[in-house]
Order: sequence, then C-alpha cells, then structure tokens
Amino acid sequence: MTADTVLDTATSESVVADAGAHPVAMPRHLLAIDGLGRDGIVEVLRVTDSFVEVASRAIPKVPALRGRTVATLFFEDSTRTRVSFETAAKRLSADVLSFSAGSSSVKKGESLRDTVETIEAMGIDAIIVRHRSSGVPDRIAGWVDGTVVVNAGDGWHEHPTQALLDLYTVRQVRGDAGFGCFDGLRVAIVGDIRHSRVARSQVAAYSALGAEVTLVAPATLLPPSLEGWAVAGVSHRLDDVLPRSDVVSLLRVQAERGGGEFVPSLREYTSGFGLTARRAALLRSDAMVLHPGPMVRGVEIASEVADLPAAHITRQVANGVAVRMAVLFLLLGQGRAHPSAPTTTGGTDA
Amino acid sequence: MPEPILAIRGGTVVDATGERRADVLVSEGTVVAVGPTVDAPSGARVLDASGCMVAPGLVDLHTHLREPGREEAETVETGTRAAARGGFTAVVAMPNTEPPLDSAAAVRHVLALGEGAMARVAVAGAITVGRAGEQLAPLAELAALGVRIFTDDGAGVQSAGLMRRALDYARGIGVTLAQHCEDGSLACDGAMHEGEWSSRLGIPGMPAAAEEVMVARDIALVRLTGAPVHFLHLSTAASIDLVRHAKASGLPVTAEAAPHHFTLTDAETSGYDPVFKVNPPLRPQADVDAVCRGLADGTIDAIATDHAPHAPETKDLPFDEAPPGMLGLETALALAVTELVPRGMTLARIVALLSWQPAAIAGLEDQGGPVASGAPANLCVFDPEERWTVDASALASRSRNTPYAGRTLTGRARHTVLGGEAVVVDGEAQR
Repeated sequence: MTADTVLDTATSESVVADAGAHPVAMPRHLLAIDGLGRDGIVEVLRVTDSFVEVASRAIPKVPALRGRTVATLFFEDSTRTRVSFETAAKRLSADVLSFSAGSSSVKKGESLRDTVETIEAMGIDAIIVRHRSSGVPDRIAGWVDGTVVVNAGDGWHEHPTQALLDLYTVRQVRGDAGFGCFDGLRVAIVGDIRHSRVARSQVAAYSALGAEVTLVAPATLLPPSLEGWAVAGVSHRLDDVLPRSDVVSLLRVQAERGGGEFVPSLREYTSGFGLTARRAALLRSDAMVLHPGPMVRGVEIASEVADLPAAHITRQVANGVAVRMAVLFLLLGQGRAHPSAPTTTGGTDA
Repeated sequence: MPEPILAIRGGTVVDATGERRADVLVSEGTVVAVGPTVDAPSGARVLDASGCMVAPGLVDLHTHLREPGREEAETVETGTRAAARGGFTAVVAMPNTEPPLDSAAAVRHVLALGEGAMARVAVAGAITVGRAGEQLAPLAELAALGVRIFTDDGAGVQSAGLMRRALDYARGIGVTLAQHCEDGSLACDGAMHEGEWSSRLGIPGMPAAAEEVMVARDIALVRLTGAPVHFLHLSTAASIDLVRHAKASGLPVTAEAAPHHFTLTDAETSGYDPVFKVNPPLRPQADVDAVCRGLADGTIDAIATDHAPHAPETKDLPFDEAPPGMLGLETALALAVTELVPRGMTLARIVALLSWQPAAIAGLEDQGGPVASGAPANLCVFDPEERWTVDASALASRSRNTPYAGRTLTGRARHTVLGGEAVVVDGEAQR
C-alpha cells in the first residue's frame, strides 16, 4: 500500500499508520539532504501531496502520530520554523512539547548533552532541533538511542525541510505529478550563500533531482571553497543569470553582513544583487521567485516584486507545514522510533 | 632511600653519535657504563630492553599542564605522569594558565610544582603581560629564574611593532621567543581550516594564510633584529616553505610540528566531533604531506605534542563553542613511528626530532645528550615494534580528549628513567 492510499483511508478517520509497506528506506534522522538521497527526497515530496490534501479539509488533522510525542528544541529563535513544525506535528495528532533555550536549564549552564539526555529520558519520540552552531543535530543524533532527530536549521550548515518545501512548491506550481520538472531546471540561488544553511540544503536537493544550480553572489558572500558542491556555475552578475533562470531563489541578507565587512553597504548590495522592479522585467514569463523568509523588502527583493504573481512566498509557507508533516510521518509513522511501541497494523487501531 | 642501580640490558643505544648494541648501567642519577656487556652489581634492578631502542629521554617543547587554573583538566602531577609514560623526561610548560606565567611568582609556583614530578618541568614564560599583546612581560626577571623560551601561545603577538621590540629585548637577554603564528584578523572566529570541509560543513574557517602571514612577518623581524624565533606547531605547506628559505639564508629560526598535523586531515571534522578541533586546525592532505617532508629534510627541528587537555564536558559542546586542543604526550612517539617510518624516516631521526633537537631549542642541558658514561641518566627505552591500541580511559592524563582512541599504533615507551630513577617500567608509571 502506498502512502497515498493510506491517506485516502484516513479520510474516513482511520489511521495512517500502515505506511510500513512504503518502499523507500528512510534514514533514521533527518540531518541533511544528503542523508535522504534522491529517493528519499522523492518520497517526502510524494507523501507531501497527501498532506496538502489533508490541509484542505474542514478539519485538517489525521491520527497518524497519535500517542507520539515530538519536542521542538530551539536554541535560536525562529518563530516561523518552530510554529510550522509544531503545526505539522499537531495535525498528525502528536503531542508537542516546546523547549526554547531561554526557558530551559541551558540558561543555567546545563550542557547540551545533558539537556538532550534529559529530554530523551522523558520518552520523547522526536527532537526537532534548531541551533546557531553547525553540526549540533549530528552531535545529538550520536547521543540519543531511540529518539529521532530532525534538523530545523543548524548554523550555516543545513535546513533540509526548507529545501524540501522549496522543491515541493516548484513541482506544485509547475503542475508536475511526477518529478521530471526538475530535469535541467535552471535554478539561481542569489544572496548570502556563505552564511546560509538554506543554500547548502537547496544545492543538495535541487541537484539530486537533476536541476542545474547557479550561485549568484558577491565573491565575499560565497563559501571559501565550492569543491564538492553540485553546482553548474557561479556568477557575480544577476542581470546575466535572470533571463535564463526558471527558478530564482533569494536569500536574506543579514544586516550585519552589510556593515562594510562583506559588502560595503546594503545599498550597494541591492544595486548589484537585489531583485528590483527593473530586474524583475528580465525574468522569463514562467519564472518563479522563491524566498525562505523572513524577507527584507527593499534589500534582496523590492516590495512590488514580492507581491508579483511570480513570487510564491506565501505558498512556500503553506507547503512548509505539509512537507514537515510528511517528514515526521515518514520518520515516526512506522512504529520504528520507539522500540517499545506496539507495532500498528493497517487501519485497526483507530 | 637511594635509587637502586639500574642495568638496562639487551637494547640498542641511539643518540646523536649513532647507534650501537649496548647495555647501560645507571647509578646515582648518572650513566656510569655503556658497553656490549656491563657488569651489574648484585642488587641492581635489571630493565629488559631486548628489542628496544635506548635513547636519551624525550623532550616536549609544547605541553599544556593546565596548572594553575584548570586543574580539572590536568595538573603538573598528572601531566608529567602522562609525559613519563610517553617516554618524555622533560616538558616545557606553556604559559597560558590562569593566571598566565607572566610573573616571577607564577613561574616560581609552576617550577615548585615541578620539583619531584615525573618529568623535568621547564617553563615557557609569556612574552606580554597577561598574554594580551600590549606590554612586555618581565623577560629578564623570568630569565633569571631559568626561563629560556617565551611565548604567548594560544595567540600570536599581533602587533608587529611590539614583536620587534620583544625580539630586540630578548636578544639582549639571550632567550628565544616562540610564536604561535595566527593573524587574528584573518582567523576571526574560525573553528577549523578554511577550505573544502569548512565550506561543506558550514563551520567558520581560518585560512592557511592566517598562519603564513605571521610566519612571513616574523622571518622579516628575525632578519631585522637578529634575534632567534622558534615557530610553534607549523601546519601549512607555505609556512614550512617560508621557514625552509629562511634557514637557507642563514636566519636563526627553528620550528616544530605536532603529531596531529602529520597524521590527521581536516576531513576528520566531518562528524562535528570537537575532539578533532585543535589550533592550528587540522589541514588538508597536501599540508600533512608537507609537514612530513619538513620533518624529513630538517626544516622542522622538533616534534612537539601541543598536549592540550580539556575536561570532557567542554568537548560535549557544539563544534564552534568547544575549546581547541588534543592530548599528545602518550601517543607522540607511537605516531611518529607509525606514520613516519613507513615514509622512510629512521628511528634515529625520529629520536632526534623528539629528544636532542628540542632539548637544544629549550636550552635544557641535562636532556637529550649522548648516552655515555658520566651523562645525566634521563633515558627513554622504547620498543619500536610493539603494537598497541589507544584506550582513552587508560591514559595517565586527567583528560580523555585524544583523537586516536581505538587506533592501533606501532611503537611504545617501555621504560623511562628520570635522574636515575625508573619512573616507568614496562609501560607502568611507578608512582
């Protein structure tokens, strides 16, 4: 039985728990896009279709993760990502606990490892972690026994669900039931790639599905080395890249990067790399503009461009919940997270 | 109670004069006989050295003993026990303690702690007050206490002008300044080598140039002042080239390299485990190869451990927040034998890099000398063939941050003799 049919049965309020038959081996944790591979990405996007349908219902909730407990552990503020994950978990009927560094023992000097082991001892099934330091989800995954770790953004490293929702949005807008739309798709990622966890996940995800990624940034905002990066090219001239891009994915430029160290000023950045109204005219008629948010209107994107039909920024946010539902469902939905949990069988434990 | 007479039997003596099959007799802190067979008086303690090299004790130019201030990580007692087990009979204690070793009181304190320790403790004094890089520390006062080498290790002296004054002043006193080459404005908050791996992992990097510009600057200052500089833990190919050229033009520079820089690459960082975080950082393979070449051709004078103990909880932090540093004293000799012998280096050359060459740089006259009648009995007896697996929990150091846990190495100190006392016998510390 595929996840689609599983979710069809969920329409009648039965359980989505019988995804055990789905064919793709998912990794234990979602730490980085590379860990998913092409098949894993495709599986997440395919299952997301079903959850987008769930979202359109009067009561957008399924019992797939009833009895499971998911904790968001955010050491860095990110209201939008945390709310998106918590909404996703609640729509799957999981219990949700929300830890933030400000309100936990971390402030009292507790070590990261002790915090994680304390949470695990409470019988949490999944930890969704956000941290300012790269690699924290990897470290946590090495410390836990049965708990699933989901990376909600670590340092400059990865933000895998953001890339997955971008891909889902592209496929949805291009009306592709399959995944052929990514073959040769020309994607431009524009902005502060050096300091961006989103860019690292995007490059890995788009390239895994066959898209051609071009990085566009001032040289100071590129990573010191691109060795091992699956990119088709690098450009310092946005005007050259826009007319031949199918997807333009903008990144936020953090104000502190424009203080004269990486670029002389935000004004100079905008004049070279901002998606201004003038530049928007260079876009192909079917081009898509994406932004992971929060966007800074007037810096990387002009306000009138953000409101164009080509900009799918709000749609990205909506899809974010469905993608995160798919991720949690695939990682937790098969009775595999908790060794002690009873194995569920199709549609019988509703 | 007087130390028993020691008879070290069946080994091959190796020192600056060469190699020969010889037994060694030690009495009252001194080597009293060296020969194919020596007559041991009854009651002498026999140390079996069959299959072993009998060398002058090893000398570590770069040890962080952490006392005073970080006794939870290491103390003079535990650090020197680790040293003895690694075959070292002397260590140079780095000054980045809390408080730093920038005053006579602090230096006297560490020297006093070193009295009766399991290895001779020499002290490196700070170049500047508080290692802050602003005002010269009392170099002459510390030199009068026996300090022969000064460094702000942990950081480089950032101001070229201040370094120039320090070199002029040091030349007048006859001491050596040692530099941790790292330009702070280039290294910024880098937590690893800047390159392919830092870019992939999203970890702030420090470029090789952060080290190289300070090596180049200090070579120019050596040329200007005529004062000697010792370069600590060189880790990049270009740094080593700079030193090679400086030596060829006759400048008084010396250099050391740490075992991790000839055995590990920055790819080790891929799992984000801070046990692989060290400063200077692990570099790519090309730099590792360059360190090996520098050791082989004499550009690098010494293997120095940069033994840097850290308590376990500090390494359970995110990679960028954890402190840099690795244990080194108990694995240095084995790593040299394991990694450098297959590259064609002789055991005699390895001992030179670990014993008499660093002893000369540190100005330790009782260390590293030939194993001959009348010499101070500071000896390292090691088995170059013994294979052993590093067990972090079995180390004598108070800390556990070795990046080599679980690795099987070749070569191990069997006995260590300090001032005529067998402080390590068959690999076991005797106190």
